[in-house]
Amino acid sequence: MGTELERLTPAPPEGDLLDSPRFPQAAKTELANHQQRTNLRHATTTIRNKRARVVGELSNWQDLRDAGEAIKTRVGRHLDEYLLQFEENFTKAGGHVHWARDAEEANRIVVALVKDTGQEEIVKVKSMVTQEIDMNEALEAEGIAAWETDLAELIVQLGHDRPSHIVVPALHRNRSEVREIFLKEMGRYGTPPPDDLDDQPKNLAGAARVHLREKFMRAKTSTSGANFAIAETGSLVVVESEGNGRMCLTLPDTLISVVGIEKILPTFDDLEVFLQLLPRSSTGERMNPYTSVWTGTTDGDGPKNVHVVLVDNGRTNVLADPEGRAALRCIRCSACLNICPVYERVGGHAYGSVYPGPIGAILNPQLRGTDSEIDRSLPFASSLCGACNEVCPVKIPISDLLVHERHKVVEAKKKDPPHIPHTAEPQIMAAAAWVMDDHRHLELAGKGSELGSRVLGGLLGWKKIGPLPPPLSRWTDARDVPMLPEQTFRDWWKQNRETKK
Amino acid sequence: MSAREVILARIRSSLTDVPVGVAPERDVPVAWKYAQAVDVGDVLGSFAQRVADYKATVVRCAASEVPDEIAKALTTLGVRSVVVPTGLEESWKDAVTKAGAHVVVDSEEHRLSHKELNDTGAVLTAAAVGAAQTGTIVLDHSADQGRRALSLVPDVHVCIVRADQVVSGVPEAVARLKASVQAGQPLTWISGPSATSDIELSRVEGVHGPRTLYVIIAE
Repeated sequence: MGTELERLTPAPPEGDLLDSPRFPQAAKTELANHQQRTNLRHATTTIRNKRARVVGELSNWQDLRDAGEAIKTRVGRHLDEYLLQFEENFTKAGGHVHWARDAEEANRIVVALVKDTGQEEIVKVKSMVTQEIDMNEALEAEGIAAWETDLAELIVQLGHDRPSHIVVPALHRNRSEVREIFLKEMGRYGTPPPDDLDDQPKNLAGAARVHLREKFMRAKTSTSGANFAIAETGSLVVVESEGNGRMCLTLPDTLISVVGIEKILPTFDDLEVFLQLLPRSSTGERMNPYTSVWTGTTDGDGPKNVHVVLVDNGRTNVLADPEGRAALRCIRCSACLNICPVYERVGGHAYGSVYPGPIGAILNPQLRGTDSEIDRSLPFASSLCGACNEVCPVKIPISDLLVHERHKVVEAKKKDPPHIPHTAEPQIMAAAAWVMDDHRHLELAGKGSELGSRVLGGLLGWKKIGPLPPPLSRWTDARDVPMLPEQTFRDWWKQNRETKK
Repeated sequence: MSAREVILARIRSSLTDVPVGVAPERDVPVAWKYAQAVDVGDVLGSFAQRVADYKATVVRCAASEVPDEIAKALTTLGVRSVVVPTGLEESWKDAVTKAGAHVVVDSEEHRLSHKELNDTGAVLTAAAVGAAQTGTIVLDHSADQGRRALSLVPDVHVCIVRADQVVSGVPEAVARLKASVQAGQPLTWISGPSATSDIELSRVEGVHGPRTLYVIIAE
């Protein structure tokens, strides 16, 4: 393991997220992880019940959602004006604004800014966009150690792991796993946990407090994301629970905030809508423990050098599709993940992105395009049950957009057939058309299945049909197909109903 | 072209379906009445209850009794040293000394180092706004609240909220705070002590911010 310590921070799992297997393959592996399924079911059930309770307290919840939807729609349709307004006001308040076309440019800006400070380490507030651009690895490559300070992100980082949820990234880990990670890794990168550390969440959080406090006390530079950027006042807003965010935002001399260009709110007043929608949708609390708002620099309070990096990285691609644009309204609350029956079973890693669940299934193919197998498969990673539409605080019509994205993938396949293997659907549909064409065909097919079932089920004792040869393998790869009934419905009807007349 | 120009150009070419020259507010109207009161019944009572729901300690008293309540809080919590911002009411500062604790003032002339803050037992501040529906206290970091690090690093935060600062909910709170933000002041919204639910969703109070929040409501 000597090579690991040549790095400054724990190495993440090998391989690029984009190289992840397409969803059905990944899902199969993840589904077999019983521990994860148990953790996920417990977690998502708990959060969605809490959410339902606190949302139920507000009689005007639907009006709030309408307001959230309208405000974010307005932002999308006038994004250039609002970004310029934000830039002007943030700069006027003593901050510096940088623009980044893509991940590489954003990382280059952040690395240069950190190098200007002469620091070789930074502390980080949990942020989705810094994960999206893989900022930690870009800093590591330049000899700068980036320390995650959110408890769940710390668990993920020390565990050489990847986040599996937008808000609770270590959702897939249980307390005994966390204890093992802390005992094994904490001491290698800073203050070790006490030798007698048990697996009580209180004591695990205590160990993290001591481990991270030392890093906070010496940190001179930090990075964050932002939940909102207010055009009217040039303010940034970070919503959190633990206070690690406040530590990073106030103690260091230099603060670099990396923010997606869609995070704008037009006015400070608009915060009243989103500070009601976000915590209730996200963690099921009336309000999260801490929210910080800052505008450039303030004399005698907080960092003296304040930067914001406005990142495109595919967001203008999303904007270019008037229908798909709705996905940019997302405020990363993860309510759609917590309600999704598919996410609940496969977890976040199968989505091959930092944005898992229903929102990831529509956002990733739009942000990244559909060149990779994983991005082509994501719009199909849903049963279209529509539960996500109901909980989305900004009313993103997720299932409509899934269908819209499926259509785009299919269209792209037609245009670029050599690279994409034929799918099974046309052949299956042709077979189905023959069966449905004539009732005698249907009866024949029924007899066939009856016979098949007797033979297979009887001889082999199967309860389910396993993998079938192509083209049907395309379906059975991603589904457990129940064994065919031993009697067709038509035969059952003849026996039980027609004779009784 | 700079990245800025490229991104702005990309945005404009993506928005060909949006009519040019129409003000955003007219293009997409928002049917929402801002800054409205929300119905919480007894505002102060709800505020006290909701703050307590987060496992903070809440005491209600007459304004004149605040110094005594501060002394009581510090004694109960066993605090030996307390950092105070310069603008804090004198009688409140005096209460700290009366309770037998050491007063440490964070001033423009003497900014406490991170270590000094970390070694202090508690912080005593005023507040800017309280929101009843969510049990939220907002600091706008005026002189009686001090800079942001003060209410963050010490392990105990004793916070005094005046009854006339408490509003029904977040909309009224945002309206009251607007002037502070326009003046360039930062804000810290606090709803209970620092907390995490990152391990099996078990709520644990206190990770990095104060583990104990003690709120005195002065009526």
